Amino acid sequence: MVLDCKHVWDCISGYLDDTLPEEMRDRVQRHLDHCEICSAILDSARNILILTADDLIFQLPVGFSERLHARLDQEMRS
Amino acid sequence: MIASILAGDTQLYHQLIRPYERSVYMMALSYMKNEADAEDVAQEAFLKAFHHLATFRAEAKFSTWLIGIALNEARSRLRREGAWHMESIDDTPFEDGQTSPAILRDWREVPSEALERKEVRQMLQEAITNLPAIYREVFVLRDVEELNNVETAAALSITVGNVKVRLHRARLMLQKQLAPLLRNINPRSRRWVPWF
Repeated sequence: MVLDCKHVWDCISGYLDDTLPEEMRDRVQRHLDHCEICSAILDSARNILILTADDLIFQLPVGFSERLHARLDQEMRS
Repeated sequence: MIASILAGDTQLYHQLIRPYERSVYMMALSYMKNEADAEDVAQEAFLKAFHHLATFRAEAKFSTWLIGIALNEARSRLRREGAWHMESIDDTPFEDGQTSPAILRDWREVPSEALERKEVRQMLQEAITNLPAIYREVFVLRDVEELNNVETAAALSITVGNVKVRLHRARLMLQKQLAPLLRNINPRSRRWVPWF
């Protein structure tokens, strides 16, 4: 059975994590090989995941660690 | 190390928690949405973990246990402030649970160098922060802090199946919101540098 685009969208997360069953992965791959829309959606989703995982997006505030350990020391002494 | 801390060598606690500072802070930030409150929640979580270290069971992962404490601290603080309600899985903004992506015909990759620009970082931060809580917490643990499905499920006290469903929806929501914005980013113009 040929997968339609909506079915492929439901599989995007599993495809990115490589957790789809082999047969389903092959069917998704066959669809991606000829569907420019689903390929672009997949590429953009993968790209966004790489960007959001970058440590630059969320950084610990300057001095976070020092303040935390100072407070812990204070607590341990009391 | 935990046994030594419980036996009285409390200074070892500093060493024990260092690898988890970022994960705990990130969990707090995903709820509190501002750095000062997130730092406060993270500190409280580490203090509570210290005081309740004897209740930690070795069959759990220490990181998962810590994140769970941070999560509870953030939720109870928001509840006290009347700002917390747990969205139901059924309250998705999508009809019949279907999450649809932004439709594109092509995609030109946005390189990580684009993150040097503040407006790009802010765009991504806001998109994550504005996800509904049930999706945001899963996304932060799985795709920002890179816990696996089992660890994420344990930290949030939900099933692995729910982790997968929520993660999938979170990713598509971010794609839907961010793809149209990111594709309009102009690559920074390169400065001409003579080779000689």
